[in-house]
Amino acid sequence: MMLKESNISTTKNTLDVERIRKDFPILERIVHENPLVYFDNAATSQKPRVVIESLQHYYETMNANVHRGVHALSEEATHAYETAREKVQKFLNAASPKEIVFVRGTTEAINLVANTYGRLHFKPGDEIILSEMEHHANIVPWQLLCEQTGALLKVIPMDDKGELQLDVYEKLFNDRTKLVTVTHVSNALGTINPVEWMIKIAHAQGVPVLLDGAQAAPHLAIDVQALDCDFYTLSSHKMYGPMGVGALYVKESILKTLPPYQGGGEMIQWVTFEKTTFHDIPFRFEAGTMPIGDAIAFGVAIDYLTHLDLSLIEEREQALLHYAEEQAKAFKGFRIIGTAHHKASILSFLLDNIHPHDIGTILDHKGIAIRTGHHCAMPVMQHFNVPATARASFAFYNTFEEIDHFFKALHDVQEVFS
Amino acid sequence: MSDLRELYQELIIDHNRRPRNFYVMEDATQHMNGFNPLCGDKMTVYLKVKNNTVEKASFQGTGCAISMASASLMTESLIGKTVEEAETIFQTFHTLMTGACDTSSHNHLGKLNVLSGVRDYPARVKCATLAWHAMHAALSNEHPDSVTTESLNE
Repeated sequence: MMLKESNISTTKNTLDVERIRKDFPILERIVHENPLVYFDNAATSQKPRVVIESLQHYYETMNANVHRGVHALSEEATHAYETAREKVQKFLNAASPKEIVFVRGTTEAINLVANTYGRLHFKPGDEIILSEMEHHANIVPWQLLCEQTGALLKVIPMDDKGELQLDVYEKLFNDRTKLVTVTHVSNALGTINPVEWMIKIAHAQGVPVLLDGAQAAPHLAIDVQALDCDFYTLSSHKMYGPMGVGALYVKESILKTLPPYQGGGEMIQWVTFEKTTFHDIPFRFEAGTMPIGDAIAFGVAIDYLTHLDLSLIEEREQALLHYAEEQAKAFKGFRIIGTAHHKASILSFLLDNIHPHDIGTILDHKGIAIRTGHHCAMPVMQHFNVPATARASFAFYNTFEEIDHFFKALHDVQEVFS
Repeated sequence: MSDLRELYQELIIDHNRRPRNFYVMEDATQHMNGFNPLCGDKMTVYLKVKNNTVEKASFQGTGCAISMASASLMTESLIGKTVEEAETIFQTFHTLMTGACDTSSHNHLGKLNVLSGVRDYPARVKCATLAWHAMHAALSNEHPDSVTTESLNE
């Protein structure tokens, strides 16, 4: 089954991928004498030219610190930074920009919630529900918090398809349950969790829910009001924006009750040696100088995604995933890890008895970048009783020809080990 | 493919497929777990040292072709050597992997030279040295529970 990109219609209702690829300068790279095939999008996505130019534009024309200066550059930078906050708000359909806190990324967002909400509310014996498929970023901050507060983790198990066991989830609740924190989309398996239903179950018990959206936001349209989640986290760099910035959404009714995360400049109203009063939300949580140029460029990345149309992105990536899975089924020795009914464009796999590291090195020789290892989700590896998997993760700029090239290269991998 | 054959030489493929001395040694005088947190690979190296000589060497665990072949070849190279000789082989092999000098000075490593291609793949050097660090720790007087490739400066 070979599919040519030029045979795919590029009407108004599909993405013009040939044109889109020209927006990403790095896709022209040659790696080991082969054109780059970038299938490591779940680790970090590539950046369109408009995002790269936005960073340069910021530093060339308006670089200044925000919120304090009375000069023109500071006012312009402040306006651009707060406009970026509004773009994140609209992207998530949050009720107010006050509900959006800029952070370094999802990891910091979860640490922020653990250190503010968690420290405020968790007592010895309280319980936090999370799932077996969490990224370490949604496990370790809670373990650290448990050590400090005496709270306990309760784990929603998954089945061998990589779907959460929802009947078990419902039974995990009791009057000590204080928080549910789950990933919207699994980075290691691609599973899209039924978070809307899970939130309803938790809310019926009066328990708030945090969704780790690092892997969901690049693939799905998110509506935090429709979901009714209490916390949502984003990483810019997985959404075609710069590294080093992300966002935390918290419902205003919760956010305004939280104590500060870090102390410093920007987050205060009045400081004396006797007492400090803190700034309003969301600034109370943004101590020190934030990555302002990066946050602005994150807003540009959101504009880029929105302009392409998230539903078309989703459709395109599902087509790529489906195409790859069909080839995988016909490929001798190829075993997909993670076969949930609802999946984002992530293909975790094993090939014969060949170690993922060896697959990764040989594919790299063909210019193909994939991820190999435990994907910062060691409990997932433990579930499937493997030390590691290989993972190809597709973005809308990937092509069907690249997938053909990938499977051809996998034949070469088998040949080396034959 | 020619470059890849430099890395994945026949001897490496062979030792990966049929690792030598691949068993749990019940009468080991020392053993050590090695862990590569980058990929999740774990190996245990077993040694039986008597009269300052490595009488037996074996390993168990999972790993990529490079780490399995390296561990297998290591056990072969250690058997019959004195503890001091084993340490010298470790140091020479380590130098070979980290590229501190050219391979021609390592002719006395014999079969182990088949792994010299690994030094062109910095991301894979830790695969090749995993079992060696476990062996080195097992022979040293200090006895941590395990060694990881991340605590080592390579």
